[in-house]
Amino acid sequence: MAATSTVDHQGRPLVAVTGLGLVTSLGRGQAENWGALTAGRSGIHAVTRFPTDGLRTRIAGTVDFVAAEPFCAPALAERLAELAAEEAVEQAALGRPGDFPGALFMAVPPVEVEWTQRRALAEAVPPGGGGEVTYAELLSAAATGRFHDWHDLFSFGTVADRIADRFGTVGSPISLSTACSSGATAVQLGVEAIRRGEVEAALCIGTDGSVNPESLIRFSLLSALSTQNDPPDAAAKPFAKNRDGFVMGEGAAALVLESAAAARARGARILGYVLGCGERGDGFHRTRSSPDGAPIVAAIRGAIADAGLRSDDIDYVNAHGTGTPENDKMEALGLMTVLGERMREVPISSNKSMIGHTLTAAGAVEAVVSLLTIAHGRLPPTINYAVPDPAIPLDVVPNVARDHRVRHVLSNSFGFGGQNTCLLIGAEPA
Amino acid sequence: MTGRDVLVTGTGIVSSLGEGPEPHLVALAGPAQPRLETERFAPYAVHPAAAVEWGLQIPKKADQRQMEAWQKLGVYAAGLALDSAGLKDDPDTKSRMQLVVAAGGGERDDAVDCQILTGLRTAADPGAYLNERLTSDLRPTLFLAQLSNLLAGNIAIVHGVTGASRTFMGEEACGVDALRIAQARIAAGQAEIMLVGGSYNAERPDALLNFALSGLLWRSAFASVWDRPAAGGGLILGSGGAFLVLESAEHAARRGAAGLARLAPVRSMRSPRPDEAGADLTRLWRESGAAADALVLSGATGVSAQTSAEHAALAALAPDATVHAVGDLVGHTLEASAPLGAVLATALLADRQAGEVVVTSVGHRRGAGLVRLTGLP
Repeated sequence: MAATSTVDHQGRPLVAVTGLGLVTSLGRGQAENWGALTAGRSGIHAVTRFPTDGLRTRIAGTVDFVAAEPFCAPALAERLAELAAEEAVEQAALGRPGDFPGALFMAVPPVEVEWTQRRALAEAVPPGGGGEVTYAELLSAAATGRFHDWHDLFSFGTVADRIADRFGTVGSPISLSTACSSGATAVQLGVEAIRRGEVEAALCIGTDGSVNPESLIRFSLLSALSTQNDPPDAAAKPFAKNRDGFVMGEGAAALVLESAAAARARGARILGYVLGCGERGDGFHRTRSSPDGAPIVAAIRGAIADAGLRSDDIDYVNAHGTGTPENDKMEALGLMTVLGERMREVPISSNKSMIGHTLTAAGAVEAVVSLLTIAHGRLPPTINYAVPDPAIPLDVVPNVARDHRVRHVLSNSFGFGGQNTCLLIGAEPA
Repeated sequence: MTGRDVLVTGTGIVSSLGEGPEPHLVALAGPAQPRLETERFAPYAVHPAAAVEWGLQIPKKADQRQMEAWQKLGVYAAGLALDSAGLKDDPDTKSRMQLVVAAGGGERDDAVDCQILTGLRTAADPGAYLNERLTSDLRPTLFLAQLSNLLAGNIAIVHGVTGASRTFMGEEACGVDALRIAQARIAAGQAEIMLVGGSYNAERPDALLNFALSGLLWRSAFASVWDRPAAGGGLILGSGGAFLVLESAEHAARRGAAGLARLAPVRSMRSPRPDEAGADLTRLWRESGAAADALVLSGATGVSAQTSAEHAALAALAPDATVHAVGDLVGHTLEASAPLGAVLATALLADRQAGEVVVTSVGHRRGAGLVRLTGLP
């Protein structure tokens, strides 16, 4: 199909990418992040945001160079999303400032009142009988009206509403979660809306700024996190035999999607195409994949088929690659099942080895990196790969970036609750 | 864009009034007699979920133990919807079925919160104390009972609905948008059959806390949502779950399923300003082509500005229409409120009590939505 076509193999509007924005622990903007990612630099460090005494995991890829007030997960998530969206919308040069002519699909972390606020409420009323704090007291403190703004701050729809307000997106903004595949789902929803002809453009964002004591401890209690705190930059070891869990990360990414027809008509620079999306649920277990990998296989196959491609067309995989023993094994199994023996030669690397697992944002972050990989013809490495795992006989682009012409990237995202979402991103229409 | 017909072929509901369409149809027919819990969270009342036999829809005790109340309500209602659509024993269809869930987050462990807050009052090193107590006191599985997308995850596990799921968050608006995008995907041929809905557990102090912060909870004796603005306004939360099986007419015909109602394209707006809620609802009503004599199931919350605005807008748009405030029957079920309204609309249409029903949703803070359903011949 020629690069001038505006529809895909099924006659649907072809979906182009015309703007990208990125912020992670490695820095702000595409250039800073790309430089660090291809230098094999880690953004993971000791957590200084809160005391880590007594914690089994004391490291994360927090974004410490962005302020948020009052400091809490939704405020940081909003600020990170705003930075990423500013960069993406500016690059796309679509619409006027504050007047983005498209829908907003936003992967946002679940929010709730945090310990800072809970403590403030507990201290706002005199202790009851015996000095025991009760929820009745917290409710009394809330009823004073002194903490009025916190209701909106900790409502689920607020972050997306504020981003919609700031960028002037069209329609009711979507706040979504598919756990650790949320960012990819935001892109998928944008692709679908453009294919339906409902909108000509979409702003798709994934954001997460949730490294706080309770969320870190929750993941820690599920034994999901690496405990190799020293040195921090060596903790995330996707695909290595000595991998021992993921490292939490923060960040945001934004993509401006447009129908190729609209993008070409306005002479926009097209950075690539989202050619296909695949998804599949898994009813096996709340945190573990079906042992046969069937849902992962179905999601990968779904993305390839949706794009009108064959598995042989994939020439690089941007891995989910969390660095947990389970994920990396199942991801490799799924890929080997679909791509067969050829998978031994197809390079695959994990951005999470450097930026950690940006959770809600990860699918969007990695979609942006996939597009940068296509643009630069260079593969970011999987760092900390010192001990190969014989069960994962893959080319993980160990430790050092490599030049490689990439036409089609498969970007994988898998999450708790049986969420499997794969994107097929291409340099040109299929 | 013209689309395919989208049918409702199954519904499931559980609320303070009970489960299934019948108790709700009775309540809609008669004077509202809400069932309230007024003691447990005084001065705030809630509409508590009716007792149900969880095992009927969640057979494994191990699954029940892994879920908190909001998830159980949702999984239970989803099971009722699958039963109603004749799909409970159709693993093939369920394995292709897509899922859109409207959800917030799950409940906290109140006792743990309070113990830690008590200890923090005197802790020499609060940071270290918080770390130590959270590490030792949080149940590892509680996280999975809190995560927004784990209602969908549990529906996949318990009912085998494994096409793929997406969870929309964001209070009332996400319930409307879940229906909107599901309808649009089926109408456009992007999906054939979907399970859509949500659930909410009002019987927990942390949920009340969130609303108490902004003074939005009704504190007086029960009054209709329409009468509350005159006394300052306020909402009464309700526990419940509601799911619908949506299906292309072709798909339903192929499997010989009877449609209960037709779901028109769903309308929604960001509607961030309470003073414009009436104008926004009016715009959605006109765009939807709703008839002036449609039966209206209002999702009005009782919060002053929005409720007054909706009341005035409906009086102008449909002066002769019968308007039921769903909140007066079952309380405000937040994310689940639009799906719950759509389930009740389907019940009325299937029972031939109306030919067209419009479900409104004007959020307590933002978001306006309109869900229009029509009866089938």
